[in-house]
Amino acid sequence: MKSLEELKAIREKMQGAVNLRNEEGDAIRVVVGMATCGIASGARPVLTTLSDAVQEKKLSNVAVTQTGCIGLCQYEPIVEVFEPGKEKVTYVKMNPEKALEVVDRHLIRGQVVSEYTIGAVK
Amino acid sequence: MMPEISLNILDVAENSVKAGAKLVELTVEADFADNKLTVIISDDGCGMTKEQVESVIDPFYTTRTTRKVGLGVPFFKLAAESSGGSFDIRSEKDKGTVVTATFMLDSIDRMPLGDMVSTVHTLVTMHENMDFVYRYRVDEREFTLDTREFREILGDVSFTEPDVSNYIRDYLRENTQEVTGSNNI
Repeated sequence: MKSLEELKAIREKMQGAVNLRNEEGDAIRVVVGMATCGIASGARPVLTTLSDAVQEKKLSNVAVTQTGCIGLCQYEPIVEVFEPGKEKVTYVKMNPEKALEVVDRHLIRGQVVSEYTIGAVK
Repeated sequence: MMPEISLNILDVAENSVKAGAKLVELTVEADFADNKLTVIISDDGCGMTKEQVESVIDPFYTTRTTRKVGLGVPFFKLAAESSGGSFDIRSEKDKGTVVTATFMLDSIDRMPLGDMVSTVHTLVTMHENMDFVYRYRVDEREFTLDTREFREILGDVSFTEPDVSNYIRDYLRENTQEVTGSNNI
């Protein structure tokens, strides 16, 4: 069984480490719809993929959070990207592979992945 | 319908989040001698009135006051009952809510339990202002995850820090495998 001792070691390693997140603030908010409709259509792995990728790539200006029903249940899983000074981008019918593309192209390189947006399917 | 029970648990546990719970206790127990899989979701949130409790199990009762609950509870109830099991929801205003679903383990109509590791990891890392206790038992083997224990060790270090988040996932994964053994749940 995995022990709590390991967690203590992680805590010690991190003590004194500078928390970049708090200093820079979260400029970009990535929100995943996690109501019944979202969960039933596969939002859980999308959320996990996004938060893991944002951590791995050390995107300290990005916060991944969840919300309830966005009101477009037929397009779930939905991911919304909020950037200050820009219009909200709504990605629809997401899956983990598409989510990784959004991380690489939109969150890192700043280009909206227009083929996955709601405008492309409507 | 949800494809696995763990997604129902994630969905119904989100109701506890919305109910403003400080502590949510999730229990999953598989008892092969008894042929039963029992799931209990218990919270200390705002609770519901008797009338609200009656309405949340009815998928067609969708007024604005119950909209937050929607189809989540009816899905969970249907999943339990279609396996020959049972469903129960008890709530007291300002005290909290307890949802209990029992599944017949050997029923062909029982969905698999599915990825509880992801469900618990998602709940724990996405709601850092709340505490969760997850108990998983298969016959005589069991383990418990208690975020209050993690918090005591971590102090102000966030659960979303990559090292911590990975530790929580590994903790869940390794202990789940050990408890599940070769059983098919």
